[in-house]
Amino acid sequence: MTIEADMRAPLSLLPLRLDGVVFEAGGHRIIDGISMTIARGPRTVVLGPNGAGKSVLLRLCHGLLAPTAGTVRWFTPEVPGGPRRQAMVFQRPMMLRRTALGNVTYALRLAGIDRRTREARAMEALAKVGLDKQANRAARVMSGGEQQRLALARVWALSPEILFLDEPTASLDPGATHEIESIILALHQAGTKIVMVTHNLGQAHRVADEILFLHQGRLVERAPAGQFLKRPASPEAARFLEGELPW
Amino acid sequence: MNTVADAAAQALSLVAAADPKLVDIVLLSLRVSLLAVVFGSIIGLPLGAALAVNDFRGKRGVIVILNALLGLPSVVVGLVVYLLLSRAGPLGSWGILFTPAAMVIAQTILITPTLAALSRQVVADGWGEYREQLRSLGETRWGAATTLLWDLKFSLVTIVLAGFGRAASEVGAVMIVGGNIDGVTRVMTTTIALETSKGDLPLALALGIILLSIVLAVNAGAYVVKETAQHRYG
Repeated sequence: MTIEADMRAPLSLLPLRLDGVVFEAGGHRIIDGISMTIARGPRTVVLGPNGAGKSVLLRLCHGLLAPTAGTVRWFTPEVPGGPRRQAMVFQRPMMLRRTALGNVTYALRLAGIDRRTREARAMEALAKVGLDKQANRAARVMSGGEQQRLALARVWALSPEILFLDEPTASLDPGATHEIESIILALHQAGTKIVMVTHNLGQAHRVADEILFLHQGRLVERAPAGQFLKRPASPEAARFLEGELPW
Repeated sequence: MNTVADAAAQALSLVAAADPKLVDIVLLSLRVSLLAVVFGSIIGLPLGAALAVNDFRGKRGVIVILNALLGLPSVVVGLVVYLLLSRAGPLGSWGILFTPAAMVIAQTILITPTLAALSRQVVADGWGEYREQLRSLGETRWGAATTLLWDLKFSLVTIVLAGFGRAASEVGAVMIVGGNIDGVTRVMTTTIALETSKGDLPLALALGIILLSIVLAVNAGAYVVKETAQHRYG
């Protein structure tokens, strides 16, 4: 049995439904009434200029922020205090001061995986991102690209149903970016729903099946990637693609 | 000047000869202060970490009080512990006043707020960095506190040693609850105070040299541990 299959919960988290979600901070409305459904399947990329609310939207979906108004509902919600069936990779990977292997087994412990199988599962995940030879290196002294791959290995070991990625390649060089994108595609292939924020149009082109375009906290457009990138329906998206809105 | 020079020379000869009286005093000092650091760490570090990762009403007030306790006067601690342990006090039946145990209790009370306040600051900084990742992985608040204490252990070593420094160098609390009884509760600081007032400078100075050397060695050790760990683990 693969690690993807035996981690799968009996009832699906997806689809995720957002209904009239508003998020305000410091008197400023960052997310302004977003309603949408995210279902299993296509790789979803959230695009938009700086300050559009992309990262906040991801955190609202993942439960790191609570909406000021509206609801975020999973089809079968996670059990509070139980192992998580969704995961997130951040722009800056956060690694504990332990080995690469130790960082992955730590996540497996939180997921309630039996101690005897943790190491084998972690090594399997490290191999998938090409870090198995570096399993015993201290995670925090690895390069930015390696740390982000390690973050993806940590996620892969957990086989989440849905993975949120917040600009995971924003501070990486093109080589490392390519590696990360390949891993994301492989994770999707293995059955994980991908929802990724980027403001890199090239990356959106390579990774996205569908695009959610955000502008000033509102979901302005949702369309298949090919259609959006060639013929955006909204004037805001058209201006963004022409480079008139700041990335 | 000659008196000081003579005293220094005699002090060095006492140190060099490992004078038995001197050795007993030093060992008792180390035993009392190390035990106080162990107990203070067991209480103070988890308290600081819990305070760092939990949000509750009145948290700011607790932090202000804890920080204020950094300046807790050792004589006040000594007085309070004396009142608790004296025959008429609530813990008088223990019969441990004027024993090393009373000194350990007093020093533990003295340094626990220091350890809690400083570790709270270190863990709060770590929590700021790790918070989203740990919550994303499904870590509980208590689990996060434990994880952060372990992850930041090399920074916490410096704090623990600062606590040891405070315990080893204080005189007020151990003087009051220990009574400075020769051969029983006489430690380095109380001996220095006593011998100086008696005019026996060589012993006082010898103990001063040892006390300084211990504090210096401990701090150098902490520095090396932290630097090595930072280099190795990032």
